[in-house]
Formats: sequence, C-alpha cells, structure tokens
Amino acid sequence: MSKDNTVFIGKSQDFWTRNRRSEGYLLKRRVKEIVVSVVRALLMFGLCFMIIQPMLTRFSMSLMEEKDLYDSTIILLPRHVTLDNYRIVADLTSFPESMINTLWISIVISICQVVAATLVAYGFARYEFPLKKFWFACVVLLIIIPPQTIQTSLYITFAQFDLFGIIKALTGDTVNLRSSMAPYVIMSLTCMGLKNGLFIYMMRQYFKNVPMSLEEAAYVDGCGTMHTFVKIMLPDAVPTIASCFLFSFVWQWTDLFYSRNFLTSYRTFAVQMSTMVSRMGRYFSSDATQSVIVPNGRQLQLISIAVLFCCIPLIILYCFTQRTFVESLAMTGSKE
Amino acid sequence: MSKKTRKRREHWYSGITEAIQMYIPGNKLYHTMPARRARTGTLFILPFIIGFIFFMVRPLVMSLQMSLNEVNLIRGGGFTMTWNDFYNYHYALQTDPNYNQYLVDEISRMVINTIATLVLSFVIAVILNQKFKGRILCRIIFFLPVILSSGVLPGIESSNEFYNMMTDIGNSVQNSSGVDIAASLQDLLQVSGVAGEVFDVVFQMINAIYDIVMASGIQIIVFLSGLQSISPSLYEAADVEGCSAWESFWKITFPMVSPLLLVNCIYTIIDFFMKNDNRVIEKINDVMYGVRMDFGVASAMSWIYFGVALLFIGISTFIITRAVKSYE
Repeated sequence: MSKDNTVFIGKSQDFWTRNRRSEGYLLKRRVKEIVVSVVRALLMFGLCFMIIQPMLTRFSMSLMEEKDLYDSTIILLPRHVTLDNYRIVADLTSFPESMINTLWISIVISICQVVAATLVAYGFARYEFPLKKFWFACVVLLIIIPPQTIQTSLYITFAQFDLFGIIKALTGDTVNLRSSMAPYVIMSLTCMGLKNGLFIYMMRQYFKNVPMSLEEAAYVDGCGTMHTFVKIMLPDAVPTIASCFLFSFVWQWTDLFYSRNFLTSYRTFAVQMSTMVSRMGRYFSSDATQSVIVPNGRQLQLISIAVLFCCIPLIILYCFTQRTFVESLAMTGSKE
Repeated sequence: MSKKTRKRREHWYSGITEAIQMYIPGNKLYHTMPARRARTGTLFILPFIIGFIFFMVRPLVMSLQMSLNEVNLIRGGGFTMTWNDFYNYHYALQTDPNYNQYLVDEISRMVINTIATLVLSFVIAVILNQKFKGRILCRIIFFLPVILSSGVLPGIESSNEFYNMMTDIGNSVQNSSGVDIAASLQDLLQVSGVAGEVFDVVFQMINAIYDIVMASGIQIIVFLSGLQSISPSLYEAADVEGCSAWESFWKITFPMVSPLLLVNCIYTIIDFFMKNDNRVIEKINDVMYGVRMDFGVASAMSWIYFGVALLFIGISTFIITRAVKSYE
C-alpha cells in the first residue's frame, strides 16, 4: 500500500476525491485487495476447519451414549451425556500403564536416535573421508527403503542374535532378543530406527551451514575434536536437536510398525489401540469365557476415543513447542 | 578434460591404496592432517556404517534371497530355502487375486495425490507467507497434520468395515437430497461431454482433499522456508521495473522455490508408499503373518513394491531436474 505515491498526495482528502485524482485506480485496487482477502479468509477457514473437524467430531462422539449413535436426529450434540466411554476405553487399552510405557519408550528411543543422528550428521557435514559420497547415498537410501521390505529378516536376525558367531561359541546357542527392548535400542543407536535417515539429513543440513571458521578458531586455540564438538558445535545446535527430538518423539509415540515388531513385551498405546477391537467382545460380555458381538458403530466410537487419548498429549506438546517443530525444517529446506 | 582433472585434485588422496594407507598406523600418510581428519570423520559415522551393514544390508540380502526361494518354516524356529525359479514373483503378479490390483490402485492414487499435494502445499505456503490476521494460528493448524497423520492414526478408523459402510450410506443419502455439489457438478460436466477423463482426475483430487491436506504438513513448512529465504529486494526491484504481482510470482517466486519441488516430491512419494493405510502394505502383512505365513511370497511382494517406489522416485527426479534446469 505504501509503495504507490499517488495515493499519498492528498491523504487528508476523502476517498472519492483521491479516487478521481488517480483516475479510478484507487478504487480498483481497494476492491482487488478486499476480494483477495475475502477469498483468502474463506480458503484458510475451510482448510483449517477440515483439519480440526474430525477431532471435534470425535470429541462430541465420545460423550454420547450408545443409543445416541443410532439416533439419526443427533449429529453433533449428544442428547445423553456420559463419561462412561472414557472408562471403557481406558480399560480396553489398559490406559495408565500403556501410556506410561509409551512415554518412557518414546523418550529413550528418541534420545538414542538423536544422539546417533547428531554424531553421524556432524561427521558427514564436516569431515572428508574416503567413500563419503557412497555412505551419504546410503543415508538417502535409508530414507527411501520401506522398512516393510526387511521386516522378516530383521525378525529372524534378532530372534537368533549373534555377533560373528561369538555368542554361539561361548554359550552354545544364539540369543533370542525378541522379548527385550535391546534390538530396538541397538537399531536406534546405529541410526536404523524409525525415520532415522531423515534426522541425519536434517542435522547435516544444519551443520553444513555453520561457518567453518568457528572450528578453525577453536583448533588454533588448541581445542581437540571432541571438545570442539561438545563445546562449540552442540550449544548452537540445540534448537535443531530439540526439533529432531520432538519429531522422533511424536513419530515414536504413534508408531505401530516398530512397536509391533520389536517391543512385543511392552504394551504401548499404539499397539493397544490397534488390537482394541479384538478385545471388545470379551470385555462387554457378562461371562468371561464368552464374547458378544459389539455393534460396528460402537466399535468406531470407542476407537475414536482411543485416537483422542493418543492425540491429546501430542497436541498439547505441539502447542507449546510448535516454534521448535518448524525451525529445523526451515533448515532442511535451504539449498545444498 | 581440464574440468575433470581439477575435480580429481579436490581429493587429497588418489586411488584406493592411499585411502587405505591413511588408516594404517606406521604408514607415512598416517600422520598427515587429512588422514587424521579422515579417521575422525569415519569414527563419527561409524554407528551408521555398522547399523547399515548389519540391520539394513544383511536383512536386505536375506529378504532378496527369500523372495527368490521357497521358504519352509520349521517348527521351533528356523526355515529352509529351496530355489524355485522366480515362482514367488510369478505368484505375486499373476496368481494372487488382489496384489496386482492393489498395486495399480495405489500407484494411480499416489501419482494423483503427489501432484495435488505439491500444488496445494505450494499454494498454502504462498498464502501463509503473506501478512494477514490470524496467520500464526493458521500456521499452527496447518502443521498439526504432521502429528495427526503419523503412525497408527490415519488408518485406524478407515480399517473399520463399518466406517466404509457408513460413508457409503452417507454418500447415497447426500445424493438423494441433492446436497453433494461436487457429484452433481461432475454429472453435469460429464453429460455435457467436456474432456471426461481430465475431470475425473480433478474430481478424484477434490474427493481426496482431506487426505491431501493431512499429508502436506511438512511440505508446507519446506516451501514456506524457501519462500522466506527469498530476499525482499528482488520484489522491490521488480516492482520498480513495473512488474505486476502475477509476473513477479512467475518470474521470482516460482523459480526461487522450484528446487524445493524435488525435495518435496520425493518426500511425498516416500511418505505415501510407507503409510499405514496403504493396501499393498496391508496385503504384505496379511501374507506374512496371516494364515499363509508365506515369507517368500511376502518378500517378493515387498521387493516389487520397493522397485516400483524407486522407479517413481527416479522418474520424478528426472522430470523435475529437467524442468527446474530450464529456469536457470
């Protein structure tokens, strides 16, 4: 608005005088501005509403009694409000236990992933070594390969875990690591966890943008490699590391694939949620040995509530940390 | 020729022998500065190397082997493999009743969704980059799908049979009451015979808009960061020279952001291929852990799937790098 001088000639005069002086240009532009902002507001509102609406529907559905579900006159507002559903879902997903499990598993795994990714990314960003291009191509490959491809083989690898036959030579048999958390921790520490390639890529992009002279100055002053890394590079990288951590945390929280394959002995919320339907029949029957058929509408309602349970902690976390979330991706976007 | 030699000189080692010598103590190269740095660098990425070899290459080889053999499970763990002349691939592509169809369905859905996601996320990023009231709130909401469409969440409700049934009923009810504008518009256009197939694709996009918005959180952030890195002085200069907003969009904004198209395109494709609600992945899981427990066929299926994914990433990389280059 400020760039055009003709508009400012007579700011004190009224709009129509100014419009006449600019030969209709002012009116045309004002109309254009208004139209653009109205269209924009509509578009933004529509899209935002579309994102939020399912959550709202789930919430209102969660308060309904079962008979409200089949009442076609009820769409959003429940007629018979009840909090019973929450208790049922909490029972079905063994709520406090599975949530606590998910929480600490997510934290442990994310820390492992971020530590490994930071080290590797620093190596890629700052050092020249033979086969560097090749290994980086492997990182890209790691992002691309669907983990489903290697699912079975990983299963077997960890069911009969052995390091070059050393363990077999010592104890006479391979170790079954399937029931423990070890396989997944090992995988996270060696950058093979959930979307780990992406974190390496993000961190590398950040480290590449830090001026080299910082490290050179540290080197001249007699700073060793580890010292430089910990004291010079890490403090500045905290925002990027934090956002990697958050991404890792959120993805781990909702992850089904790795939890189902590697964390079989820990009941995480995502797994509980996906197997919830199969437990419903038993739960609703009066007799523990028999199961009743739960109507589909009821099933869907209970699943929706479980989704709410799963999402709400994450949404709260996101509201407080959304700036951090966005920050590192801004780095990823910058060109090589 | 000269360019090539210059490129070779960027390396401070020439050939494999010198590269290896840097790692051998006692060698004259061992104590040079580049060698020391090379060793530190290798040490830094060592976790990745170990992980990649043990938990990626080895399982990949194993799964490739499985896909080429008939796998028989032995009671109490373990299995035997016998070579069977690509029978698994044959089975997956020709005998299995659904795999083919799912694969084609998912691919066509992927192509349409990827294009739509790129366009939509670019448009949204451009809008979010403007100044208007409630911009920050809009941003917060648009990145919410990064959380809401991750992991188990997107597929869980639609995997419920009843949900599909209900949406069907919902659609038919809407049709009878004439509320569904998109469908009636589609009918109208088809009757009038205006380029039927093109409109089919467009309407497919419109119907999938929820999925597309939910899948475009990260792409929006990437585009937005690209838009913010464009220096405002470029627009000022264009403005002074008499460029309209439309012209400066195509002459400045688009070329500056277009390199990010590639990143986003690849990300979208990968994201789509790995989603939980993908029917091909469901099918693979079903073959693997279902009644059949056929690891060989399941491996073959996932290799075909991976191959297709790679192919599409390759094609889109080729097209986009060509298209972007023409701007430079």
